[in-house]
Amino acid sequence: MSILKEIKKTTMHLGRQQRHSHDVDAPILSAEKLFMRYENGPALADISFSLREGERLAIVGPNGAGKSTLLKIIAGVQDQTSGQIQIFGHAPDGHICIAYVPQRNQVDWNFPVTVADVAMMGRIGKLGLFRNPKSHDWDIVHHALDVVKLENFAKRQIDQLSGGQQQRMFIARALAQEAELMLMDEPMTGLDITAQEDIFNILDELREQDVTILISLHDLKMASERFDRVMLLNKRMLAIGPAEASLSPENLLKAYGGHLQLVSTDKGILALGDTCCEGEH
Amino acid sequence: MLDLILEPLQYAFMVRGFAAAVMVGIVSAVVGTYVVLRGMAFFGDALAHSILPGVAVGYLVGGGAREPLFWWALLAAILSALGIGTISRSTKIKEDTAIGIIFAGTFALGVALISTVRSYTVDLTHFLFGDVLGVRNNDLWLIAIFGGLALLLILAFYKEFMVLSFDPVLAATLRLPARLLEFLLLILIAITIVVSLQTVGVALMVAMLVTPAATAYLLTKRLPVMMVLAAMIASFSGIVGLYVSYYWSIASGSAIVLVCTAIFGVVWGIQAIVLRVRMRN
Repeated sequence: MSILKEIKKTTMHLGRQQRHSHDVDAPILSAEKLFMRYENGPALADISFSLREGERLAIVGPNGAGKSTLLKIIAGVQDQTSGQIQIFGHAPDGHICIAYVPQRNQVDWNFPVTVADVAMMGRIGKLGLFRNPKSHDWDIVHHALDVVKLENFAKRQIDQLSGGQQQRMFIARALAQEAELMLMDEPMTGLDITAQEDIFNILDELREQDVTILISLHDLKMASERFDRVMLLNKRMLAIGPAEASLSPENLLKAYGGHLQLVSTDKGILALGDTCCEGEH
Repeated sequence: MLDLILEPLQYAFMVRGFAAAVMVGIVSAVVGTYVVLRGMAFFGDALAHSILPGVAVGYLVGGGAREPLFWWALLAAILSALGIGTISRSTKIKEDTAIGIIFAGTFALGVALISTVRSYTVDLTHFLFGDVLGVRNNDLWLIAIFGGLALLLILAFYKEFMVLSFDPVLAATLRLPARLLEFLLLILIAITIVVSLQTVGVALMVAMLVTPAATAYLLTKRLPVMMVLAAMIASFSGIVGLYVSYYWSIASGSAIVLVCTAIFGVVWGIQAIVLRVRMRN
């Protein structure tokens, strides 16, 4: 265990020191020749791309394509085997402007906290050790809950939320964190269409504040309609760009193999969905 | 009725016993809140058992003197807490298996060491099941100081421990020193076990950590309330347990634990009935 790293984190947290500065000229996110290898084989190979500020990128690909791994590496929660990730020109582990929105099943919903408590958790990095939230912090939290339309639920127990509300609470937490880069792992899985629309409405609002958003998805149609660019991933990055180009039938076949149903119509070729969610829930 | 309550208080050893039971109840219930929320009951049980060799060595070295036992127990507890923490991180072996290995091995070593002494059964019984009525003033001071220290640290790192327990990935993206905090929590559990050693002994320790906190968990869905409720339940059980022990000549440690368990049973039973009635309507 890297004790030095831990001590550095402690002093940072203790003193509320300035974390990594942001190079204005550097892109908000750039990945270069990223490789990730587990004991049982490669998880990610040769991923290079960069993001503009305020951009909205969807990552699609079959189960086990490495979507979650990629998001965790970008968040600085997991170390890559080789290659480089830079957030505003510096490694991610010194930034607290990156929010990671977990899959909903990653969290214990019976944990004894309220919606406002969870949103306040986002501010703990800024607060630092031995400091309690001030009214300024509560203002930020309540504003964040307002943006995601959960203000009336602030005092509710988190186990009383619907799936869509749970996801919106996590977005509020990211807002309270004052995140500039939001990473969302399968936020739409298991939500009905209204709940999905609610989330897209919030994301549209965030775009105006130049929040950059990276989302892993299973829904190819949604990826092609609602995002600036789409990355097609299956351990390797098979394509990145506007949906019409990156989700071409050839690319999709490369990514999904036989698991994808392609149907020819007179308007072109339709993809009828991917391998989503077998045994995942 | 008043006589029944006052009668035991004329004995100094009973008064000291009450003081010890209340203090130990508060500390172990508050620390136990995290044991319950993080699913560490087995770890707590194992840690309590694994301090036995430390106690035994102190016992042999000191020729049966009781003063040094506290410090030997503390040393053993912190070493095994760090040992379990390290082994479960650094090998392929799963955490509960690592805990099982250390738990049984150290416990056997402790019993082996104590068995070399002639008055073995009596002494072993005290270590295993506690001897709260044998508590002296000096012990009360140690319980107050170390118990108070544990409570202070839980309070000081309240928001960090909350985030770490609810969403470790968030703790990582906020760049909290997660590993140091985890080790700190293990050490706090170790300290709690040592200060409780004389009250309930190593074999019943886990009940003090888990049962009041679990009862409180059934009653509230707010973390601070859960801590206060658990502390109240535990100290109440300590007092009632000692009365039960006094009037019915039951071993004091088991009397305290039985009262804790009874309270849990009542709360759980009432809740089950209430739930069923609500479901019907």
